[in-house]
Amino acid sequence: MKHLLLGDEAIAQGALDAGLSGVYAYPGTPSTEICEYIQSVEAKKLKSGDTQSPVFCRWATNEKTAMEAALGMSYMGKRAIVCMKHVGMNVCADAFMNAAITGVNGGLIVVAADDPSMHSSQNEQDSRFYGKFAMIPTFEPSNQQEAYDMMAAAFELSENQHTPILLRITTRMAHSRAVVETVAQKQEQKSISYPKDVKHFILLPAFAKRNYAELVEAQTDFLTLSEQSRFNSYIRGDNPKTLVVACGIGVNYVKENNFEKLGWSLIKVAQYPLPVGLIQKAVSDGAERVIVVEEGQPVVEELMHGLVPSSVKVDGRLTGCLPRMGELSPDSVRHALGLEPLTQKPADDMVVARPPALCQGCGHRDMYAALNEVAREYDNSRIFGDIGCYTLGALSPFHALHSCVEMGASVTMAKGAADAGQFPAIAVIGDSTFTHSGITGLLDCVNSNSNVVILISDNLTTGMTGGQDSAGTGRLEQICYGVGVEKEHVRVVVPLPKNMEEIKQVLREEINYNGVSVVIARRECIQTLKRHLKAQKK
Amino acid sequence: MKKDIILAGVGGQGILSIATVIGEAALHEGLYLKQAEVHGMSQRGGDVQSNLRLSSEPINSDLIARGGADIIISLEPMEALRYVPYLKTDGWIVTSSVPFVNIPNYPPLEQLLEHIKAYPHHVLLDVEALAKQAGAPAQAANMVLLGAAIPMLGIDYQKVIDGVKRVFAKKGDDVVGKNLAAVEAGYANSVK
Repeated sequence: MKHLLLGDEAIAQGALDAGLSGVYAYPGTPSTEICEYIQSVEAKKLKSGDTQSPVFCRWATNEKTAMEAALGMSYMGKRAIVCMKHVGMNVCADAFMNAAITGVNGGLIVVAADDPSMHSSQNEQDSRFYGKFAMIPTFEPSNQQEAYDMMAAAFELSENQHTPILLRITTRMAHSRAVVETVAQKQEQKSISYPKDVKHFILLPAFAKRNYAELVEAQTDFLTLSEQSRFNSYIRGDNPKTLVVACGIGVNYVKENNFEKLGWSLIKVAQYPLPVGLIQKAVSDGAERVIVVEEGQPVVEELMHGLVPSSVKVDGRLTGCLPRMGELSPDSVRHALGLEPLTQKPADDMVVARPPALCQGCGHRDMYAALNEVAREYDNSRIFGDIGCYTLGALSPFHALHSCVEMGASVTMAKGAADAGQFPAIAVIGDSTFTHSGITGLLDCVNSNSNVVILISDNLTTGMTGGQDSAGTGRLEQICYGVGVEKEHVRVVVPLPKNMEEIKQVLREEINYNGVSVVIARRECIQTLKRHLKAQKK
Repeated sequence: MKKDIILAGVGGQGILSIATVIGEAALHEGLYLKQAEVHGMSQRGGDVQSNLRLSSEPINSDLIARGGADIIISLEPMEALRYVPYLKTDGWIVTSSVPFVNIPNYPPLEQLLEHIKAYPHHVLLDVEALAKQAGAPAQAANMVLLGAAIPMLGIDYQKVIDGVKRVFAKKGDDVVGKNLAAVEAGYANSVK
């Protein structure tokens, strides 16, 4: 069967066709559509009355809980995937690194979607470093079909080698559509089987040392598998003095620029560890210069220096052959191959930037309108922001925020600032971000009775990524009480223009209270509201 | 056959519905297709684009090179101009003339439209007015724009019409009829 699929959807379909039992994920661009696709397939299945072998696909609270639950499913002998954006890898790093030490029972694939050029992110980190860090095989598909095919291959490798597999993609792979041919025969889900040796999963030092030694020993096999992988290839050119090593989708930009006319050699890398043998072969075929074309950070370029003789010149992002930052493009790769750019028109000087903005009618707008007015009543208000739609409050017209770093940092940075003597110290955090990583920070605030106001802008959803379920919906007050915030200092307001005076008064009272306050500004996301109203009409 | 198309607009305007119909028609013709989309932050009222590539041969890159696009199809006039560095020297700009003003420093419209008219290969249409004249709602403006781009697509008019029918079939005859009227209105007012 042929389907027109996003890269993310190809990964999801590939996992389903390979007998997936569970997907564990927290929404994050550009990874969100993997889990969403599986949810929609499961919803359709259920609607048609098919209750046979359901696939678990409910959103997780954060990437760490997702990774751990997936490891639990793998423990039971079933196939699971974990999906997240690149920065989610930081959140789940503890579980991820140690899953490499425990190894797996059922196949386990961790999908990390990197966002070079930071289209929707706060940094450009390259998840291939995590693959190398954890010493596990890493896949990087070059196109949508390969992404689909790799899922079955990676599950098989995972089970044969008892190791989790990292599958690394970037934005263009995640969010680009192409026709994908799927297999006729879907694999059945695995049945339950306990790990043969439970000690593998008990990381006491004595057991962990043995496991780690096994992982170190397995590196030779991982390398051999890479060198023999059908996803990696070496094509010797008629003019083998120049070798291009192209990773993941980088190979597409190379081929786009009439590469074969140059006659150079080409190594395509889509499975790591880096297939050293192919590179050595190319060097023995006479390569004098290597151009490394890779999305993200110069991971392979740096490694290359240790793999080729010093007489071989290595070019890439570090030498300025390709831009040091940002995603690859047909243009930047064209330049790297030494080709003239296509004839192009100059940019039109009337065109101005059109930054994203909060929707008209969004509750965050009313929240910021009130907060800004109250904040101005104090000499040195500081408002610590967080990750979500409401980060746009940093831009015009609100210019409300003084920081935005990573998930949950608003709460704990406000605490640290208050510890240092800042008043008023205010955190603005969304409901989904709060349950993702804000609750533990709030507990820290309570334990030291920090003088902070935590403003939870609750739109009952995970808004920025398109309106996924939020883990704490309907229970935020209970969560705050449970953590130990005093009941009279957990206040709820409805962010609407007509309530402006009331919201301002609540904010003033809680700022002036010397201790931990939580103000919940609750109104449904205008986008999900529209969708819900439309669904009701039907 | 090879067409590289940049679809442009503002997040929420519906450029992807145009891509869906063209994609449906192209796949039915047995063409290869790649379509890079923008998801995430920019969808909140920022500038968005989609690179749609059609070819009778396999396609490598998901992205179109600067100076490589055959057509810019835009639901917003300033957004059409944003991508002119990607346009081939003899490429076409097919755009709505209706501005979407959600920024304080939007340039003067008359001058903006003059810049578009300076391109020898352009189609500039009030797609919202044409949609209404055709008896379709304003949301069908994107289908008017699609109709206006058909002469440059390299896919037969009737094949695109069949694509519209298939894409909207689930929504009933009324929706199909209105979208067809919108496409026809755009086509009738285009350059052929």
